[in-house]
Amino acid sequence: MKAITNYIRSLFLFELFKGLSVTGGYFFARKFTLQYPEQKAPVSPRFRGLHALRRYPNGEERCIACKLCEAVCPALAITIEAEPREDGSRRTTRYDIDLFKCIYCGFCEESCPVDSIVETRVYEYHFEKRGEQIMTKQMLLDIGDKYEQQLAADRAAQSGVR
Amino acid sequence: MDTVIELWTALPLVIQIVIKIVAIMLPLMILVAYYTYAERKIIGYMQVRMGPNRVGFFGMRLWGLGQPIADAVKLMFKEIIIPSGANKLLFLIAPALSIGPALAAWAVFPFDAGMELADINAGLLYILAMTSLGVYGVIIAGWASNSKYAFLGSIRSAAQIVSYEIAMGFALVGVLVAAGSLNLGDIVAAQQGGLLHWFWLPLLPLFLVYFISGVAETNRAPFDVAEGESEIVAGFHVEYSGMAFAVFFLAEYANMILIAALSALMFLGGWLSPLPEGWADGAFLLGDGFHWLLIKTFFFMFLFLWFRATFPRYRYDQIMRLGWKVFIPITIVWIVVVAVMKVTEMPWWFN
Repeated sequence: MKAITNYIRSLFLFELFKGLSVTGGYFFARKFTLQYPEQKAPVSPRFRGLHALRRYPNGEERCIACKLCEAVCPALAITIEAEPREDGSRRTTRYDIDLFKCIYCGFCEESCPVDSIVETRVYEYHFEKRGEQIMTKQMLLDIGDKYEQQLAADRAAQSGVR
Repeated sequence: MDTVIELWTALPLVIQIVIKIVAIMLPLMILVAYYTYAERKIIGYMQVRMGPNRVGFFGMRLWGLGQPIADAVKLMFKEIIIPSGANKLLFLIAPALSIGPALAAWAVFPFDAGMELADINAGLLYILAMTSLGVYGVIIAGWASNSKYAFLGSIRSAAQIVSYEIAMGFALVGVLVAAGSLNLGDIVAAQQGGLLHWFWLPLLPLFLVYFISGVAETNRAPFDVAEGESEIVAGFHVEYSGMAFAVFFLAEYANMILIAALSALMFLGGWLSPLPEGWADGAFLLGDGFHWLLIKTFFFMFLFLWFRATFPRYRYDQIMRLGWKVFIPITIVWIVVVAVMKVTEMPWWFN
């Protein structure tokens, strides 16, 4: 009996018309497309985008060259060299991140004891020449200076949960 | 007005025919271009996307209406790469062989009562011949490419097109029996008498079989195994680029428009108005006319896209089963039914 009803249903294209009615309904449905360059999706305060090195409010760089980030980096994207500064404090002389190697996992940010290396909300950047993907210490510090307000606000918002 | 007609008749016959050909080809090519746009837009909408909406004219977006023009310009400037080991002559002839018949079929197509390039009595036969010739383009393209994927694709589509040709031919036999003529103009004239006298109702199974076979014939989803992306990359046109590729595309879309227009002509009364007689007396655009044919054709063209947005691809053996074991028996049975209806002059059809 079931075979006969199935046969008749397939002969009269029952299921096909059902499918057509579904797509036909979606034809008139509201579209949710985000028109990207003009409209942008909201970004989480935990977003892991372009890297930055932060400073203390008095202008002193936070990084103490503990090399935890270099050690934890699963992609070996971070290269650090360090020696004592003139005033005797321990600072980096070189802090490079290869953005081609980086997988944006955020481990460096998590491992940092002084909240120095962070990932910003910036996700719109590009490189035009080979070699431009190496972010030097100065570039990272500049990014940190530029977005310091946003970075501080994001970290404050997340302070209770991370 | 008189001077225009005088000027027209004064022209040599060859020039008249050339002008008529241009008058058919130019709108057809524009329609093909915007059919690709409509496809992307409609399928986009059915997938809750927006489709192309960036390229417009003169710095305005205009819902992306400039997209087909941009695509055409891009394709024209791209290089036509001929694979080493390909048969160069056949490789370049194949696109021409597939677009030639697709355009030639329009020669006998009547756009309105008496408005056609060639009013021949075997019009339907000619169209059937032309649409079957298109398969040679596909086969030669696959063979000349010297690529296994292209060859597999062309073998598939050859078997598929030949199979569905039979079901399609039988469906048209039903139309011939009902209309009593091979002339496309006469077929439309035979459907005179209102919505219920059009052939879609007495020939309903044949109508469905014809349109579905038409979808299979043009290698469109859900019968597009000839270009099954997941198995054979792009089928018979993997090795084609630039304008040679674009010509295959033009042929496919011109064929789709042809099938849509033929379905409208043979089953939905062509240019006949769906309004009951007496309603439309003298009223502008309500009576019979080209615009009705256009609306019906657009409906079928929309169906092509709707199918593509809805149905997953058939498996190859399912396609063959549908063609040979379902469609051909249905059409044969219904031809007999139509013949009986015709001979006994069934009341509601011939009242």
